[in-house]
Amino acid sequence: MDMHLSSNNGPAVEANEAELRNAGPARERLVVVGNGMAGMKTVEELLAKAPGRFDITVFGAEPHPNYNRIMLSPVLAGEKTFDQIVLNSREWYDANGITLLTGEPVEGIDREGKTVVSQSGRVVPYDKLLIATGSMPFIIPVPGSTLPGVIGFRDLADVDAMLAAAEKGGRAVVIGGGLLGLEAANGLRVKGMDVTVVHLMPTLMERQLDPSAGMLLQRELERRGIEVLTGADTAEIVGEDRVGAVRLKDGRELPADIVVMAVGIRPNMALGKAAGLDCGRGIRVDDQMRTSDPSIYAVGECVEHRGVTWGLVAPLFEMAKVLAHDLAGGEGAAYTGSVTSTKLKVTGVDVFSAGDFSGGEGTEDIVFRDAARGVYKRLVLKDGKLLGAVLYGDTKDGAWYFSLLKDGADISAERDTMIFGQGFGSADAGDPNAAIAALPDSAEICGCNGVCKGTIVKAITEKGLTSLDEVKAHTKASASCGGCSGTVERLLAVTLGDGFTAAPKVKPMCKCTHHTHDAVRAAIVDRGLKTMADVFQAMEWTTPDGCASCRPALNYYLLCAWPGEYRDDYQSRYINERAHANIQKDGTYSVVPRMWGGLTSAAELRAIADVVDKFAIPTVKVTGGQRIDLFGVKKEDLPAVWADLNAAGMVSGHAYAKGLRTVKTCVGSEWCRFGTQDSTGLGVKLERMTWGTWTPHKVKLAVSGCPRNCAEATIKDLGVVCIDSGYELHVGGNGGLHVRACDLLVRVATEEEVLEYTGAFMQLYREEARYLERTAPWVERVGLDHIKAALVDDPERRRALNARFLFSQTFSQDDPWAERAAKGVDRHEFNLLAEVG
Amino acid sequence: METIWTQVGSIDDIPVLGSRVVRTPDGDIALFRTAADEVFALEDACPHKQGPLSQGIVHGRRVTCPLHNWVIELATGEAVAPDEGRTGHVPVRVEGRNVAIALGEAKLSRGGCRKACGHV
Ligand code: SRM
Ligand SMILES: Cc1cc2nc3c(=O)[nH]c(=O)nc-3n(C[C@H](O)[C@H](O)[C@H](O)COP(=O)(O)OP(=O)(O)OC[C@H]3O[C@@H](n4cnc5c(N)ncnc54)[C@H](O)[C@@H]3O)c2cc1C
Ligand code: SF4
Ligand code: FES
Repeated sequence: MDMHLSSNNGPAVEANEAELRNAGPARERLVVVGNGMAGMKTVEELLAKAPGRFDITVFGAEPHPNYNRIMLSPVLAGEKTFDQIVLNSREWYDANGITLLTGEPVEGIDREGKTVVSQSGRVVPYDKLLIATGSMPFIIPVPGSTLPGVIGFRDLADVDAMLAAAEKGGRAVVIGGGLLGLEAANGLRVKGMDVTVVHLMPTLMERQLDPSAGMLLQRELERRGIEVLTGADTAEIVGEDRVGAVRLKDGRELPADIVVMAVGIRPNMALGKAAGLDCGRGIRVDDQMRTSDPSIYAVGECVEHRGVTWGLVAPLFEMAKVLAHDLAGGEGAAYTGSVTSTKLKVTGVDVFSAGDFSGGEGTEDIVFRDAARGVYKRLVLKDGKLLGAVLYGDTKDGAWYFSLLKDGADISAERDTMIFGQGFGSADAGDPNAAIAALPDSAEICGCNGVCKGTIVKAITEKGLTSLDEVKAHTKASASCGGCSGTVERLLAVTLGDGFTAAPKVKPMCKCTHHTHDAVRAAIVDRGLKTMADVFQAMEWTTPDGCASCRPALNYYLLCAWPGEYRDDYQSRYINERAHANIQKDGTYSVVPRMWGGLTSAAELRAIADVVDKFAIPTVKVTGGQRIDLFGVKKEDLPAVWADLNAAGMVSGHAYAKGLRTVKTCVGSEWCRFGTQDSTGLGVKLERMTWGTWTPHKVKLAVSGCPRNCAEATIKDLGVVCIDSGYELHVGGNGGLHVRACDLLVRVATEEEVLEYTGAFMQLYREEARYLERTAPWVERVGLDHIKAALVDDPERRRALNARFLFSQTFSQDDPWAERAAKGVDRHEFNLLAEVG
Repeated sequence: METIWTQVGSIDDIPVLGSRVVRTPDGDIALFRTAADEVFALEDACPHKQGPLSQGIVHGRRVTCPLHNWVIELATGEAVAPDEGRTGHVPVRVEGRNVAIALGEAKLSRGGCRKACGHV
């Protein structure tokens, strides 16, 4: 702006007037309503382009000269003073011959007479009128919203009110976890208040940040002592003659000395509307910022342009430029909309977001996480262009991404490395292996899926496959048990020669991370990671919310590590565990009630028969696990079926769970002529102790009454074989895909010892095995000696493991069926959302 | 012809990263909600063997079928390569918290189109 004019304002104004008188025709009169950022930006631009063209009068409702509204947040936080954020001082207005009327809102427009009238009754004529009245905070119309102590966050008066409250200490509730709400919360916290942010959505700033970045932000704010409640809906503001508390819809009441409402803004279009201008969500303007009246313009947050309203300064300044050009008599300038970016102004928290990061058809994500530095970056790409960016912790490349995004630049060349920032290089290495070449094409490589060598080689060459995952995806080879993946990798190496890069020796959990199961687990425990979002960040997941492979595993690891603390995430469970029944090929479910140790009774059988009749269940089968399976139950019927079974004393058999399935028993000493101990009774005790637990894979136990072993105990995860002198404990057996007979762990004398060993064994398996690894492969991987060292050689460790098992059981032995049948847990899982048509 | 939107409920009725089913005369429609609070509607039948997609695990903008782990794009119903196939998808509108679907505009793989034109 023209600073030289302000050095000597009196003569300058005179000079202007003299110039005007000499120039002949009277200057056009421009009246600006709204002394804010967009209005004054327009005036500044206009003065630069056509100084002296207009006789300018500015009305401002606030009693201040124009200031930088954005900087109210640092003023609140005490990082800036008001004087430091003034944009145009009163001297500046004087120097430019502008009549500034502050504290004087305009109340009406007379379009015919071309005048405006202010609150004090002053009437000012215009040739051109500019409406730049900004917007107002939206106050949710809940009961109590008009009580004193409810404050918006818009102008200096609001900041003064907050600072006055903060002086007295006490509690503030900020409603709204968007940009404004969080800046208010931070400022109030810095000023010493106890602050709670109440946010409707599941994560903070959801319009600017994806859930991962939102969670990181929440962690950081919590670290600063700000309480954050997400998914929280305000029902009422409670208080007699001023605010006392905020009540949420779930009944919680949060004490509050002030309530800051920062849930959004509404364009301030009342003046335009009353004057009969075309209005939608704001005052409608064309690409030159003209309203439906050719003498009246509008700019800033009060306008609706091409159906869009704006709440950031960048687009408003673009509008201001176009408008100034037009007012200055220029032609051809048009405002056509903007691409915006956002930064949060909380000192020490770096957040940047731009463009569209919701993903969508044909888009791809590039995610980078550096846990040590607390960095998260996500780029969304489509057709070789950058569509959106979210940066947390390291925002230095924000501008670069933003320019690529705005320009619609072709980024194919940078694609692979651009996540690391501007100017990064990469390298890789190869390690081929040729030992499989001699096999004939007909050699079967994958037994599970019946895929032979020829098929795999053909797929590799014809489809240009280069990785195990691709081969798996295209041929299904190694897609099931994975036992042949080493062979497939060798095949890749042979077929591709140097083009093949061997996968690292230890396999990552899934495509979302380069860490192994063991590394992730260790981190969960050692670094105290307690939510899935924590793990994603700390272990640098490359996807925003994991996949169907890692999420169930993480859910288990967290559940196992933090019993009673971690909240089970049902959306990360496979459907069987979510619905507590086994899905069938036709979408119906099967129901298997528990029959403790294989024992049942007339009453139980009668109840089962009744349920079968009542719900027309098509198939009833005795399972290989000594109980009864009801097949073909409709999902909607599940809670009612369970209710009837519960009524007869039966609970879930967890036939669907990565958890304890059955404890198979034989009849034992009670009836059998060879029985040495009460195998049935011990089986029931074992099942009562272990049911309901979650484990890496399913667990089956058995107790046989003598070494004839009718319960097939030696192919179970843990089998007990009774002998005259006591009990033999066998572990690591499997009767499934690969039959494996158990290893003998130990011989003990009493039932108590059997129970203690069983609890300890279960817990060791729970804590050490990888998700979806059954005990048989686990025992083979770690070796029997390792298990013996932990359980047999170290009684203290055995007791500690058993104690941890029993502790975790206190949280898991609630019958999931009863919770759903009687207590209405997860009702949505079993009901239709709607029935239409 | 003007699009007819049928209200089916609130977005809050669908769990985040979850799904709910709407029953229609042309079969079940699965509505999915992503972490970013977008809602998509697909025919509740996997292109592979008609597995109920509503029972799958939702991740990103995709769902993994519960029966044999095919991965389906929520926005298009398209199976993610190398699997091939596509299930029907239905336009969804979220206004405020209200979710509506446009059955008339749906491209269903079974039951065909409800418009007279008969596109599939
Ligand atoms: C119902 C039943 C067959 C029967 O009609 O008897 C059965 C049925 C299923 N078995 Fe089984 N298994 C049944 C006993 C067994 C047994 C025998 C046993 O437990 O003594 C075995 C071998 C023993 C073992 O596990 O070591 C057995 C080894 C498997 C396997 C292979 C496991 C392995 O480690 O290799 C699978 C596949 C898997 O779990 O990934 C499997 C998977 C299945 C699934 C869950 C397949 C699926 O994913 O849909 C079947 C679902 C049934 C349903 O909808 O209810 N089923 N399954 C038996 C239910 C027992 C129960 O009461 O809970
Ligand atoms: C705390 C805070 C932080 C923000 N942070 C950012 C940020 O980081 N980045 C960003 O891009 N944007 C930010 N914004 C938004 C930005 O400040 C606004 O987009 C911008 O100020 C809008 O300019 P405007 O001229 O349309 O409205 P305003 O700046 O609000 O100006 C309108 C003026 O008109 C006056 N007025 C209203 N009615 C009348 C009337 N009838 N007569 C006379 N005067 C009237 C008002 O009192 C007001 O002074 C922030 C806003 C706030 C409140
Ligand atoms: S053996 Fe088990 S998994 Fe195979 S068909 Fe029979 S029940 Fe199903
Ligand atoms: S039916 Fe969906 S993957 Fe087979």
